[in-house]
Formats: sequence, C-alpha cells, structure tokens
Amino acid sequence: MRMIWLKLFAPRTAAKSSPRATPPQAASWRMTGLSVAAVVVAFLAQASAAQAVNIKSVKSPAGITFWMVQDASVPLVALQFSFEGGSAQDPDGKPGTANMAASLLDEGAGDLSSEAFHERLADKSIEMQFQVSHNYLRGTIRTLKENQDEAFHLLQLSLNAPRFDAPDVARIRGQLMSLLNRESTSPNYIARRTWWAAAYAGHPYANPTYGTLKSAPTITVDDLRAYVKAIFARDHLKIGIVGDIDPETAGKYVDEVFAKLPVEADLRSIPEAAPKGMGRRIVVPLDVPQAVVNFGGNGIPRHDPDFYAGYILNDILGGSSFSARLNREVRVKRGLAYGIYSSLVWLKGTALLFGTTATRADRTKETLDVTADVMKTLAADGPTQAELDESKSYLKGSYALGLDTSTKIAAQLVQIQLDNLGIDYIEKRGALIDAVTLDDTKRVAKRLLNGGMLTVVVGKPQGVASSQ
Amino acid sequence: MRCFGKIAAACFLLLVVTNGSQAQTPGTPKASHYSLQNGLELVVIPDHRAPVVTHMVWYRVGGADETAGKSGIAHFLEHLMFKGTEKHPNGEFSNTVTHIGGQENAFTTSDYTAFYQRVPRDKLALMMELEADRMTNLKLTDAVVLSERDVVLEEQNMRVANNPNAKLAEQIDAALYLNSPYGRPVIGWRGEIEKLNREDAIAFYNRFYTPNNATVVVAGDVEPADVFALAQKYYGPVKPRVVIKPRVRPQEPEQIAARTVTLADPRVEQPSLRRAYLAPSSRLAKKGEDQALEVLAHVLGGDSTSMLYRDLVLQKNLAVSVGTYYNDSVLDMGSFSVYGAPRPGVTLPQMEAEIDAVLAKVVANGVEAKDLERSKARLIAESIYARDSQMTQARWYGTALSTGETVDDVENWASRVRAVTGTAVRDAARAWLDKRRSVTGYLIKTAKPPEEKRS
Repeated sequence: MRMIWLKLFAPRTAAKSSPRATPPQAASWRMTGLSVAAVVVAFLAQASAAQAVNIKSVKSPAGITFWMVQDASVPLVALQFSFEGGSAQDPDGKPGTANMAASLLDEGAGDLSSEAFHERLADKSIEMQFQVSHNYLRGTIRTLKENQDEAFHLLQLSLNAPRFDAPDVARIRGQLMSLLNRESTSPNYIARRTWWAAAYAGHPYANPTYGTLKSAPTITVDDLRAYVKAIFARDHLKIGIVGDIDPETAGKYVDEVFAKLPVEADLRSIPEAAPKGMGRRIVVPLDVPQAVVNFGGNGIPRHDPDFYAGYILNDILGGSSFSARLNREVRVKRGLAYGIYSSLVWLKGTALLFGTTATRADRTKETLDVTADVMKTLAADGPTQAELDESKSYLKGSYALGLDTSTKIAAQLVQIQLDNLGIDYIEKRGALIDAVTLDDTKRVAKRLLNGGMLTVVVGKPQGVASSQ
Repeated sequence: MRCFGKIAAACFLLLVVTNGSQAQTPGTPKASHYSLQNGLELVVIPDHRAPVVTHMVWYRVGGADETAGKSGIAHFLEHLMFKGTEKHPNGEFSNTVTHIGGQENAFTTSDYTAFYQRVPRDKLALMMELEADRMTNLKLTDAVVLSERDVVLEEQNMRVANNPNAKLAEQIDAALYLNSPYGRPVIGWRGEIEKLNREDAIAFYNRFYTPNNATVVVAGDVEPADVFALAQKYYGPVKPRVVIKPRVRPQEPEQIAARTVTLADPRVEQPSLRRAYLAPSSRLAKKGEDQALEVLAHVLGGDSTSMLYRDLVLQKNLAVSVGTYYNDSVLDMGSFSVYGAPRPGVTLPQMEAEIDAVLAKVVANGVEAKDLERSKARLIAESIYARDSQMTQARWYGTALSTGETVDDVENWASRVRAVTGTAVRDAARAWLDKRRSVTGYLIKTAKPPEEKRS
C-alpha cells in the first residue's frame, strides 16, 4: 500500500526491536528469516559509543549482578534479560516447547488471568516480550518511568508464577500452528528449515525453534512447566537495564523479579557439532518465480584467536556495504538479486558462516556460480589491503549506530555478557579490530571458504539440481 | 501498522502494507524549521544522547506522481540516485558512508522519496555536500540503468511475486482507489517496470528533484543554528531548476459500491481477510478527526485488549488473529483497514460476519470509556517511546512535511489525542466505516496451481 518502505538494501543486523517503536519496514522480512535460525551477529560496536554509553556493573542486595546505563534524557526504562536454555533444551520429539512456554508467559500469571494481565500491561502502556533462540530465552520490557513499579511487578509474576491455563494454551497453540501453516509454503522458511535440518541432522539445532505442525499438538502443560522449572534460574542469568533509573532502584527491582528463582538451572549439555554436507546442494521444488538460496559452512567461534579476522572477512565477503564482494558481483554488476548477505553465527558448540539471497529462476545457476567464484577467489588470494582498511573503518565507526535506542543498548549489554567479553568491551573493540592484519584475513579466508558450503535452493531454478 | 501479540502470525496479512500510522506521535523535543532562499525546507531535531546524526532528504514526489504507464519510475529512480554524478562517480557516495562507519538507505512511498545517512556528527557537512550534489547532477548510463532494473525486478519478486499476501494487498489497493493513483503499487506493475529506461528516469528526475521540492531533516547531536549554517553553505547554492506545481491528482469520486477481491493461490495454508475503507488522511481530515480515527483503530484492533481481539479471539474463538490499521500519512485519501485470520474450522464469511457485528456495535453505541482511555494513554505513551529513537523522530517530521502537514501538527499530536472524546470516536466510525466505500480482500487456497504468466 502507500508506505511500502522500499529499501535500497536491507540492514544486516537482526536485532529485534519492539514492533511498535519503530515504523515497520519491509526489510523486516529478511530479519524474520534470520532470527529464527540463530543469533545472527553482525553487530555493532564502536569507539565513540564509549563516551555515550557508560556501563556500570551492579550487584543487587540479593547478590544478582546486572549491567546498566543510567540515562535520564527520556523518562523511560528498558530491561532485557536472558536465561540459558532456548529451543536446544526442547524435550526429544517435542520441538517448540521453549517457544510455546515463552509465548505463554504474559498469558496469565499469579492471580491475573490472561485478559487481566494484558489489561494491566495496556493500562500502563508497558511493552513486554519474550523470545526464544537456540540457546537462550530472552525477555524485554519497556516502560514509562512513572509505571516502572507495575512493569517490574508484572514481569515478576510472569517469570515466577506463569499460569498456563488450558484455554490460553489452546489459543496460543492455535496461533503458533497458524504461523507454521503459513510458513509451510514460504520459500524463506522452507530454505532455512531444510538447511538447518541437513546441516545438524541428529543434533538439537536441527529442530525448528517454533516446533512443527506435528510437534505443536503434543506439547502439554506439564512440558511447559517442566521447561520453566529447569530453565528459569539465576546461575546463567544476564541482565541489562537502560534508562531513567538509578542503580539502587534497579537493584531493588532486579531482586523483586529474579531473587526467588532457583539458584541453578537444570540444563542438558549441547554436543559440539560442525555443520554437515559441505559441498552438497539441496533443491526443494516450489512454484514461486524467485528462487530462495541459503548457504552456510564452518564459521568461527567467538573466542577463537582469529575471530576478529573472521568478522572482518565476513564483512568484506557479504556485509551490508555496497562494496562487499558478493553484493558487487551479484547485485551491482549483474543485477541477479536484490540482496546477498552473509553473517557469522555462533552458538554453543558450533559456529557458522551463513548466507542468503533470492534470485530469478532462469539465472539461479549463474548466481550460484558467481557466489562460488567470489568465495573461491577470496579463499585463494584473500582481501586487498584497501578492503581490509575500509572494512575496519566501517566496523569501528558503525558500532554507535547500533546503540541508538534504550532497548538496543539493553540488548547489547546482555549480548556482551553472554559472549563474556568484559565490561570494557566497547572501549577495547576498536583496538581488537585494528590488530587484525592482512595475513590474518588471508589465513582465515582459507579456513572459512575452502571447505565448501551446504547450499539449499527453494523454487524452480533452471539447470540446478540436488547433489551429494 | 500495529502488529501485536508475540506471534508473528498476528501480523502477516500486512507485511507489505507497512505504514506509519503512528508516524505522527512525537512529544516534547521541539524542532526548528527553516526555509532557504531556493525553497528548500530544513527541520532540525536536537538529540544529544549519542555523538551521531541522522541526515535525511525528503523529496515531495512518489509513486502517485508518476505518469500513467510508467509505474515504478519513482522507486526505480530512488535506486538510480546511488549511481553517481560527474563530481562523485558511481559508488563514491556509498563508499564514503561506509568508510566513515555510517549507514545509508532510501525509501519510496506514493507521496515521497527519501534518502538518509546515519553518521558521526562531524560528518554532517560531508553528507550535505554529497546530497546537494546528487540533487541536480545525477549522471546515468544505459548499462547502469538496465542492470539496476534487473535488481528492482528481483525486489518485486521478493516483495510481491513470491508472496500471496502481498499480491492480494496490491489487488485491494487497485480496487479501493477508483481514480486516485494510489491504486498503483509503489514498486510498479511488473510489465511496466520491465520497460522503464534511462530517459524515463532522467525525465522524472528533472521534473521533481530540485531544492524547492525537498525537505532536509536532521536529527542528532547538533544545534539548529549550526545546521542551518551548514545547509545554507551546501544546499543554498543549488539552483531551483523547475517550478513545482501544486500536487493536484485525480481524486476519488463518490464511492457507492462495496467491492470484494479474492486471491486464490495453492500456497495459502492460512486463509485471511482484509477490509480497507477509504478514510481521510491527516491533511484531509477535519480537525481532530484523524486522531479520533487513530484512537478508533487502537480501540478496535490495536492490541490484545482491543474489542476485536477480545470478541473474536478470546470470547468466540473464531480467529487466531485480528487487527486494524489506519493509514493517515498520505497526501490524498488514506485508508482504514481491518484484518483477521480465522482459526481452523471457521470460514472467512463466519469470521467476517462477527467482525461486522463488532463494527456495527461501535457505529451504534460508540466505545467504552475504559477502552477509550487506555488507547489514548497508549498512543500518548508512544510519543515518549518515540523520543528514544532518532530515526523515528526524523521520520515523523519528514513524513508530515511531505504529506501536507506542518511541524505544529506533529508537535501537537499528543495533545490532540488527549482531546479525543467518545463522541468523536463514534462519529468517526459512523462517517468512515461505510461498506460502500470499502474493498474486502480474501486470501484463499486453490486446489491447483494457476498458470504463472511471466513476460
């Protein structure tokens, strides 16, 4: 309709923002696609942000550590927290359990029915969301300062006393199945599901976070309660708070919400796994004019000594800048696609380089060939000094731009803790990037790009067939 | 568009139909508004939380200003604006933005085309220099244009052709607007995009890209007087190259017949419905009427405490999702939409009948005081939440000034919402929820695939 935000190119971060805070953009399409897959990182950090973001680590009276940024310029408070234990903790045969539990946390808690709970949120304009990825359950609230008491009280109820009443479970199950039904014919969803199922066959990461049409009806209230009991605990809890709030008040609220939770979570360990099927191609026929392509291979763990070299290499290969090699060859020179991107993804026990594009059926083969050539050349010769310099400059400079709302800063505080990067990470980050040499990127290019990729194509691509 | 609920399914119907119906909510930070000698307007919104600045150029031209038969040229030109000038050849602008760690993008609607960069504050002058240059000095070659046309065709594939919901949305608009160019998709009809060329782009550029048809919006860690001085330095010398005539487009005749459109596709696994009513934009609404419609949209379908959600999802168990959407951020007639997806076993007509019953109740009795107050509070709160995002603020002002509104309209939005009465909401419902001025679109599954005709 009127305001199709026709983007020239989509932003690459997969950071989730409140649906209402930001005017919606058609680009969210891509993000939806990626956010289900994993924690896609492509974020964010920068030197000049350090001045603006003064992070404190605070211990609450009950001994819970949280990070915060006090900023009174807008009268609001944003909080994000994470528990370890996302969909990878789903019981065998019941994928979607974690996601369904998260979807029900604001559907009635304590003495409040679902309807009453939503009315209380709405009466005070409080935003509350829960989200599940492979490794984490994250929660976010945003509230006007004047309503913070109510916001933290409701969050406390949702985490300590979720109800899971039968009608609410039935309704949310219905909504999830509606979503799964709809996605069952979406080329993006099919591509993503096919890729993860093949790359991680036999591993929890093969299972879809949202579950399946088969698993959703089998998840019981007992399963949901068991998930909450096992996962909602203080030992792996990370918290970020941003806004017009002082450390003492924040500590009081943190205790109200989290202090009564068990000390230890009951987590099953996630086996180490490398993605399988390198060099393999899977074609899934679907009657759509444009073929959707997902490709991925070995990535680089967050604490690998070559992580920053890999981070830069990915930016040069498939980052969001116009001059990224894939964009240059596939979009700018040949007009084969609206966009082509790659990202580094790291999860517990595995790491990926993952990419996506969508291209016309009659030239899909050309797109795949060009993509493979770009990777081959980069693996053989590495980037140029000019590319390295430009990428460093971009990655350092753009960090602050990712920290432009309280909710995003709170999310970043949590991410830095999850990645165990230290409270001075934002200040250190520029130097970590600068330390990468051309030889580092050449080495990491061979490591990441020489092993081939698992490629999934959904559509009716001409001249492209499955291979082993 | 208001997507609510934790489940994306609640939103799917309007994925493409995005809009900032809340794009009018700012609160306290006062913007400074200037005009340059050459007709360029400037809005500055100070936001000192981080040492960054958002710089946007909004041209008062969009898909609705296209010549019939050339649909998509406004958006295509948006893409081509990145292809360089004599002074700054193809790629230089984008590379500069990357080099300084900035981000850039652009977007096109029926009424405006905007370009923006988010950069460190000390790079504002550089961005102004580059934008001022491409305002009138764009250079295009056939090779560049043809390759980019392929990119746009892939964009059309991605946004529309691959997506039955988006295809239905196009058909609803085409049926809703009997005479207004809003019936054309902004991205264009595929068969027409395929024929656009360099001459079309340059002709369009020469008609509309001129300082007297542009608004520059700057939000960030800057002082208005400094920005004004920079704007005079960089944009001031750009000569107006064409007289911009008033934007008078074909208007809607009296609409007297309810319409329906049905899109059947073998890939539809979740049927859905969307009804769009013609409704006034902020520019065309009577004083306070647009805010009353905004409140009405929120009371009816703004979140999971709304009337439609309570009735259809919670109480009667007919739908998995329902919602509303008021698009007032346009120059000519806007729209008010209601959408829903039935739960399995419920037909679209059954769900539609219940939606109609709820709408009829509001038309007859108005809304409950409690719902009214909750929705007003929520909308006003959004104006505070909005101040948390530099981009959101910049977009509000840019949208308003590109669709016939003023800085005052933006800044008084919250107080106008506060003033909305139950009577005003009921009157707005009576005036605009008139089926004769509506299109109802159905998305359903077909048994066998239709022939894909692709030229």
